Amino acid sequence: MQIKLHNLKRTYGDLHAVNGISLDIPSNTIYGIIGKSGAGKSTLVRLISLLERPDEGEVFFDDVRVDNLQKHSLIERRRRVGMIFQNFNLFSSRNAEQNIAYPLEITGTPKNEITTRVARLLSLVGLEGRGKAPISTLSGGQKQRVAIARALACNPDILFCDEATSALDPQTTHSILALLKEIQRKMSLTVVMITHQMEVVRDACDQVAVLNDGVVVEQGLVTDIFANPSSEVTKDFLSHLVGVDEAAEEPNKMVQWSKKSGAYTLRFRGGTTDQPILSKISRQLGVDFNIRAGGVQKVGDIEIGTMIVDISGDEDTRKKAIESLSQMGVVVEEEESV
Amino acid sequence: MSKLWILVFGATMETLSMVFFSTLFSLILGLPLGILLSATSGEDQGGIIPHPVLNNVLGRIVNVLRSFPFIILMILLFPLSRLLIGTSIGTTATIVPLSIAAAPFVARVIETALKEVDPGVVQAARAMGSTNMQIVRKVLIPEALPSLVSGVTLTIINLIGYSAMAGAIGGGGLGDLAIRYGYQRFRGDIMVVAVVVILVLVEVIQVIGNKISAKLLARR
Repeated sequence: MQIKLHNLKRTYGDLHAVNGISLDIPSNTIYGIIGKSGAGKSTLVRLISLLERPDEGEVFFDDVRVDNLQKHSLIERRRRVGMIFQNFNLFSSRNAEQNIAYPLEITGTPKNEITTRVARLLSLVGLEGRGKAPISTLSGGQKQRVAIARALACNPDILFCDEATSALDPQTTHSILALLKEIQRKMSLTVVMITHQMEVVRDACDQVAVLNDGVVVEQGLVTDIFANPSSEVTKDFLSHLVGVDEAAEEPNKMVQWSKKSGAYTLRFRGGTTDQPILSKISRQLGVDFNIRAGGVQKVGDIEIGTMIVDISGDEDTRKKAIESLSQMGVVVEEEESV
Repeated sequence: MSKLWILVFGATMETLSMVFFSTLFSLILGLPLGILLSATSGEDQGGIIPHPVLNNVLGRIVNVLRSFPFIILMILLFPLSRLLIGTSIGTTATIVPLSIAAAPFVARVIETALKEVDPGVVQAARAMGSTNMQIVRKVLIPEALPSLVSGVTLTIINLIGYSAMAGAIGGGGLGDLAIRYGYQRFRGDIMVVAVVVILVLVEVIQVIGNKISAKLLARR
């Protein structure tokens, strides 16, 4: 199911929580929406999950307008949308299988059908045999698996994940993301992941929109955005991710070739990570690169390298070096602060 | 001696029946009111149909009724008892003012218990397409059940106290026994026995209530 947002706005008092957001979320993909706290993520998810109506703008599911539905059709529509949360929001008065059965109960599914569906869902999320377990006896990852099973109970065509991995440790996050990817493929779902973790976008999403101050500052394929981020917010997210920020923040501790040399962030992509680009250019132009920090990470199937370097030499040679880097497909950003 | 025990036994039965029926009727009156109070509160407090005006009006009415001295309320409600039961004295007649006095208390107890339910859980239920009725019946009440049981326990104990007071103005039961025999006829022994029976009743109800509440929590 394709989701289209057109110029959505939602204001609380003076706060423009969502200030004109338009997005096309294609069918059958995992779409990330990333932003810091206060960027408008929570409001946006409440708007597109039909928990709240926008002040302005429209929401379409497969070209059907859904933001202005009447009470009855709104409830019907919500039943075809799955949602999971940061705090799982499971019913503590019900055990695991009773939680999964809840959406089926409220839609009046016959008892024997509920039993078979719940058993299938439990095995889908890898919790066979834990159906009778009280919620409080489950670990964080298991709770989120129950929540995922519950969200999928009514065969939804959309699954919203609202900070679904933010309360989990890295390992559990990894396994939950793997499960979500597997389920997305199996059920041809449109998955929308709202998060503040770039790791989640990198490891699970096909496309991403970056949110800041209630507007979309950047959107596109995750591989493109990682290789060539255009907004400051995105760059900031990426710098935290590769762990280069620590090194960059303490320039005094770094060995620098020359005070004149600037610091640059280089982003390599795909095939370019395999080549000895720096040493080649170094030989050709007689410049020196001092690598201050760097790393390579997998984004989807593509490798993306990030490096913070100083380039020595006079301004002219530096310029030439940057030019040849760009020719070889490396994105170069100059840091103004140094 | 055996006459004393017959008196005490009869009075205890009267008290138990007053407390049982007034608990039942105060729940019938207070439960919907408590649900309405919690449902109409702000969304940040887990209200499912926020309605500040209605919430305010209901809250005021509940507060006025709760701050009313019980003895005065009972006298004021004599005409209502007469209308419903045909008399304003005796055990059955006392159930009317007892139920009405306890209903606002029950409403607050229910409201507090329901508001303790995690708003995130209510949001999840709503996102899954629950109707308001389904949220109340299948989410709010089951989730709040241990607190609700504690609240009902508290109500019963309060009603035992109130029913003893009602005895002073012809309500029957253990309070009546203590006043008429113990106080007016200088039978200190009857007074002591009546008071001890009331203490035992309160203790037994409290222990049972705690047990049920703990058992419900242990299953989670």
